[in-house]
Amino acid sequence: MLNRTADNVARATPEPLARRIRGISDKGLAWLFISPTILLLLAINIFPLFWAIYLSFTNYRANRPNEVVKNLGLANYRRILGDQDIWIAMQTTAHFVFWTILLQTVIGFTLAWLIDRKFRGHAFWTTIILVPMMLSPAVVGNFWRFLYEPQIGLFAYAVSFVTGIPPTNVQMLSNVELAPWAIIIVDTWMWTPYVMLICLAGLRSIPEYIYEAAEVDRASNWRQFWSITLPMALPFIMLAVLFRGIENFKMFDMVNLLTGGGPGSTTEVASITLKRQAFESWRTGYSSAFAIILFVAVFGLANIYVKALNKVKQR
Amino acid sequence: MSLTTAHSVVAPSANSKRIAGAIVVGYALVSIVPLLWIFATSFKTPPDSIAYPPKIVFQPSIEGYCNLFTTRTRQTPEYINSLGPATGFCDETVRKRNMVIAGPSNFLPRFVNSLIIAFGSTFCAVFLGTLSAYGFSRFKVPLADDLLFFILSTRMMPPIAVAIPIYLMYRELGLSDTALGMILLYTAVNVSLAVWLLKGFIDEIPREYEEAAMIDGYTRLQAFWRTVLPQATTGIAATAIFCLIFAWNEYAFAALLTSGTAQTAPPFIPTIIGEGGQDWPAVAAGTTIFLVPILVFTILLRKQLLRGITFGAVRK
Repeated sequence: MLNRTADNVARATPEPLARRIRGISDKGLAWLFISPTILLLLAINIFPLFWAIYLSFTNYRANRPNEVVKNLGLANYRRILGDQDIWIAMQTTAHFVFWTILLQTVIGFTLAWLIDRKFRGHAFWTTIILVPMMLSPAVVGNFWRFLYEPQIGLFAYAVSFVTGIPPTNVQMLSNVELAPWAIIIVDTWMWTPYVMLICLAGLRSIPEYIYEAAEVDRASNWRQFWSITLPMALPFIMLAVLFRGIENFKMFDMVNLLTGGGPGSTTEVASITLKRQAFESWRTGYSSAFAIILFVAVFGLANIYVKALNKVKQR
Repeated sequence: MSLTTAHSVVAPSANSKRIAGAIVVGYALVSIVPLLWIFATSFKTPPDSIAYPPKIVFQPSIEGYCNLFTTRTRQTPEYINSLGPATGFCDETVRKRNMVIAGPSNFLPRFVNSLIIAFGSTFCAVFLGTLSAYGFSRFKVPLADDLLFFILSTRMMPPIAVAIPIYLMYRELGLSDTALGMILLYTAVNVSLAVWLLKGFIDEIPREYEEAAMIDGYTRLQAFWRTVLPQATTGIAATAIFCLIFAWNEYAFAALLTSGTAQTAPPFIPTIIGEGGQDWPAVAAGTTIFLVPILVFTILLRKQLLRGITFGAVRK
């Protein structure tokens, strides 16, 4: 439609206008194409980011907009770095990130490696495995709360069926020891397919002739796995770890719905602390400072990691 | 990048294939159980849903769906009977089965909100993303790499962290708890994905097409419309699905920035409460309905999935 309109305009209007439409320089066009996106991101991401940076130096409270805002300098940052609870939340987050990534990578890679054997019906079963990652983490978290119910839930029933422990003892969400694992299990269930998919792409990218050459050299299957399959797929595995790491560092939905940070604060990850400080205690300035610290941490870690990834890729 | 590319010349033995198949099928079956359980629960009565041991065989009921959609307040069979002739499917079911409904439910408006916000933001993100991706792909943009990295980095911020200033900004602008505000926000989050994915797709379309079109007398815009867009349709469709899935499933922003009129389904479904506790069949019914569109997309688009989830970073 647009081209017809443009044609008509070009035909109907006197020469100078037509020339002018045709004559938008490429530079102008490039700006025309790119600026709406940049402007939107400036308005919705960058402007708020700078606002948050500004707030992080103040004692502003969003629920008391009329109070005088005092500039505190670096006090918020100093308090956060000295706050025991925040360090515990960071440790909890690190604990989650470590275990979820470890489990997802091991299971995901194994699955991809098995699927790559092309047994009968592999495409169908791959699609079935992919389903959990397409769901809303909120809806999933809420429903797992039901599965975890000790008296009525399927999970407790299955565990007691297999192990003989009475189901009332399988208090996944209210037991201090088990609650973190309840979340790790759900996250692994949901996101292993994601890691599997990336690993599968990695395995598929290994050229055939390398294996053929290894066959000629009579390398054993183990040897082929350790010196061809794993190293060649490594950049992909690392990429999966990067994506999952960034996501799980920000983990909020599932924790909020499964445990809300409890029991006590055993599952209180950084995002939950942030939400409590910002939207329950309304310490806007303080939580903005924490947000900035988190952002810098993710950004910094991701950058270091990407450098390592590039090195592995170049090998 | 299809999932079914033929590969192994060094063919695994039939036996190892069988073992691999058995393990994968076993994993798939275990991983799908929670979903089948949600589906089954949606057709249980509340007492059946909390029976112990969990009921695998049960008399199916649509009470959960009725509770999910009812606009009535706490209806009992006597109350329904006092209303005169049955006016709808739910009323009839309630009469026949002697159900007690704990309404009213806001599910339908929340579901509609989800539809409006997800589709609205997807359209905007794909529209802006296509333009920018074309711009980055075909023109010499000053600092292109930095701009692209900037676009990507907007996704690294934890949603809660962004939510604080957005909350304040929206309060000033009157955008809090509005569909427009959520559409703008999700567009901004999705546009980074859209630009990166679409740039990959458009990079693969040879420039010669447009050059030929421009030699034929088309302007740059016309050439874009005539040659590039039709070629990029598959990529645009795949990108749209990813934006849609994100906007459809998003919870953190929705939970913090909407509370009433613009609330979407993800923060709403967990709040469905029945008589004395969570009404699990209604929650399961809401979950089931909410999942259907995504399941359909997953099955239709499993071949494009890979590119989307890896942000276009994994290239063939």
